[in-house]
Amino acid sequence: MNFFSSFGKYLQLLYFSLGKPQSWKYFRKQLIDEIALIGLDSLGIVMIISVFMGAVLVIQAGYNIENPLIPKYTIGYGVRESLILEFSPTIVCLILAGKIGSSISSQIGSMRVTEQIDALDIMGINSASHIILPKLIASLISFPFLIIISMMTGMLGGYGAAVIWNIVSASDFIAGMHYYFYPFEIFYAVFKTIVFAFIIVTVSAYWGYNVQGGALAVGRASTKAVVYSSISILLSNLILTKMILGG
Amino acid sequence: MIEARKIFKSYENKDVLYDINIIFERGKINQIIGQSGSGKTVLMKCLVGLDEVTSGDVFYDERNFTKMSMKERKILRQELGMVFQAGALFDSMPLMDNIMFPLQMFSKMSQADMIKRAEFCLDRVGLSDAGNVLPDELSGGMQKRASIARAIALNPKYLFCDEPNSGLDPKTGVKIDDLIEEITLEFGITTVINTHDMNSVIQHGDNINYIAEGKVEWQGNKNDFLTSRNIKLNDFIYSTELLKRIKARQ
Ligand SMILES: Nc1ncnc2c1ncn2[C@@H]1O[C@H](COP(=O)(O)OP(=O)(O)OP(=O)(O)O)[C@@H](O)[C@H]1O
Ligand SMILES: [Mg+2]
Repeated sequence: MNFFSSFGKYLQLLYFSLGKPQSWKYFRKQLIDEIALIGLDSLGIVMIISVFMGAVLVIQAGYNIENPLIPKYTIGYGVRESLILEFSPTIVCLILAGKIGSSISSQIGSMRVTEQIDALDIMGINSASHIILPKLIASLISFPFLIIISMMTGMLGGYGAAVIWNIVSASDFIAGMHYYFYPFEIFYAVFKTIVFAFIIVTVSAYWGYNVQGGALAVGRASTKAVVYSSISILLSNLILTKMILGG
Repeated sequence: MIEARKIFKSYENKDVLYDINIIFERGKINQIIGQSGSGKTVLMKCLVGLDEVTSGDVFYDERNFTKMSMKERKILRQELGMVFQAGALFDSMPLMDNIMFPLQMFSKMSQADMIKRAEFCLDRVGLSDAGNVLPDELSGGMQKRASIARAIALNPKYLFCDEPNSGLDPKTGVKIDDLIEEITLEFGITTVINTHDMNSVIQHGDNINYIAEGKVEWQGNKNDFLTSRNIKLNDFIYSTELLKRIKARQ
């Protein structure tokens, strides 16, 4: 199938997934379940990755800044900037695309091949919105929290590495963390994250929802979900960064 | 009553249904029979709107389903239950929640009434003890029964079953057929069944529609089924060596 008809189908699915839930009470229940599944369940991996990322960033920065003319607090500053602007929103979302994207597409795909989606449609329920909307809203709510937690644990990891291996003194590191801090950067990161969350859920749902065949097709769809959402994240990251920070 | 009028269905490069005209009657077991690949499932999907007809109309008690808007279809669908070939139970929920699901979506019942109704439906299909069990933990026959319970939760006027007893042993298959017939009579439902099970046909076929290669080749009931002189139908009925020999002896 060519790109344009796929993209058209994607937009159509998007339109249906934004339909009003049949029962708000039931939707609330689904939303809470999904927040637990998407948000809480990802907390551990996000924190572990971020601690290590922060630590490695500090070690590399320390290695690069041997020149005595460059003040040591630059390390703290640089790590903060990298974490907030790029590592936490983009790298963590790429990892979440693997974890959450594949689970969304295989879950929806197996509902498709076992006719559970047909069963919803036959009842007169908008299956797209019933299945996808709670996941989408849950992700749009959870992802910003995950990313902010990633920033914080990343900085903590960096701080730990700095102190443990004496790369830079604690006070210099903290001074660097505070150096020229624009809250706007957090908004920028959260904005990107929301866009990435939207991409992960909708792209993965698209591949799952349109599975045809059996278990094999479900597996193939979940691979496609991860590949396509990762590529879309990288592309939109480039576009957003150029638009917002590129002058 | 459901009426299929002049239904044609083709996919991109393949014609599947030609000029299907069938009247499915209320309070009866209406069967669509035919070989694998003859178009039974496609026809059923066209009847319920899971797939769109290429041309033709489907009437639900004089209401033209094919011409309805999405909203109108949605309302009609609440009168319609379907039992899928593989059950299609929601695998994340225990049986009780599966049966209560349509009630939660469409009825204004209190929680207690919903539980009562779900218990009634489970009991009706002989699964009153299985309310807390997940679908994956059930046998195929039990899944089919649970699927019937979910399909009748909202008191449907129309019930569709795609091969309700395929994949079951003969005895369990007979039980499922009996259950569907009882429910059909009890609630005056218009029941449409896809099957290639000869036993179901000669036992329950009030209105039999034999389809071959997308065309209706024969219509009748269980009384004239075995004695029909239609060549294609006879070919289908006596397709196994066992039956051919039995027929030759008569
Ligand atoms: N979505 C589709 N696209 C293209 N062709 C299809 C599609 N669905 C069904 N067909 C074709 O339509 C024909 C009829 O299929 P159908 O599933 O209705 O058969 P059936 O009578 O239900 O068979 P079985 O008894 O094995 O379930 C088959 O040749 C099938 O390949
Ligand atoms: Mg079939």
